[in-house]
Amino acid sequence: MLTELLKGLAVTFRQMFRPRVTTRYPKEFRTKPQRFHGRHVLNRYPDGMEKCIGCELCAGACPARCIYVRGMDNPVDAPVSPGERYGFVYEINMLRCIFCGLCVEACPTEAITMTHLFEMSVTNRDDAIYTKNELLMRPDGTVPHMFDDDPYANYEELNTADGWLRATAPGGVAAYEGVKMWQGTQGPASWDPEPDQETRDA
Amino acid sequence: MGVGIAAPPNILTTTIEKAARWAATRSMFPATFGLACCAIEMMATGAAHYDLARFGMEVFRASPRQADLMIVAGRVSQKMAPVLRQVYDQMPDPKWVISMGACASTGGMFNNYALVQGVDEVVPVDVYVPGCPPGPQSLMHGILTLHRKIMEGEIHR
Repeated sequence: MLTELLKGLAVTFRQMFRPRVTTRYPKEFRTKPQRFHGRHVLNRYPDGMEKCIGCELCAGACPARCIYVRGMDNPVDAPVSPGERYGFVYEINMLRCIFCGLCVEACPTEAITMTHLFEMSVTNRDDAIYTKNELLMRPDGTVPHMFDDDPYANYEELNTADGWLRATAPGGVAAYEGVKMWQGTQGPASWDPEPDQETRDA
Repeated sequence: MGVGIAAPPNILTTTIEKAARWAATRSMFPATFGLACCAIEMMATGAAHYDLARFGMEVFRASPRQADLMIVAGRVSQKMAPVLRQVYDQMPDPKWVISMGACASTGGMFNNYALVQGVDEVVPVDVYVPGCPPGPQSLMHGILTLHRKIMEGEIHR
């Protein structure tokens, strides 16, 4: 009986020298996958114009109906976006959003993309409604967040855009692999095209 | 919030209040209330890679009498709502509720007659965690936000 006991304890003892797997979250962050779906961001062109044209296709594609967009005609003397209209009101209810990325897929101007930030708990449900103030990137390309004083969020993740468009635009046609089909963006989202599979796996 | 001290604040009771708040944050016992896919992430949070034991809350209590935190993980159907309320009522004070995920918080993509559109129609919710489902890091962010709320009183966010 004693040998069995020792055998069992030996397993426990052996585990003490194994490397630990725990990510101690508030102190260290786990690197999220490249195509992670996190918080949304509304992009700008390199000249500072907003990419959103207020077409409401994202709101139509949203299965949770969490996006509310209202378009408005561009002022003739000071246009906000290249085109006729721009997104005058843009709101996403993050508590209803299921982070499926269909809005990103539906957007004809690549105005809405997703970042890697996913830690955005609120104690008041009104704070979960992100408006254009929080979603739209600043003219210098940085991305604002709802809370500037969150000690547990990794704001660096806001500067990482998800790579969905790299892989599938346009329509996932193989001939476009390695071709940059992404219109320039200010700030973090100005990335190179995703390489083809042989290069990636090498 | 009701830590259990009704005396007017003076030097002694404020210290006790602070100690009680600290003690409450360091050993929260969550009640088992996994309803859907969010529960899988909740279990992953308790497992070795994220290890809720670091916050002293790895024991998911099967009895609401022994729990002081309810993590509503998943969609709440109309039929489940009275059960949820009963479990909440059976928990001893002080108690807190985390609404985990889109479905528990607002109904998510299921805007229909079968589901409660937000669990705060049934119980008072302290922290809402967005995501579908929220990853373990997001849930831990919600738990830490709740800790902050308990330590500082009401925080407006």
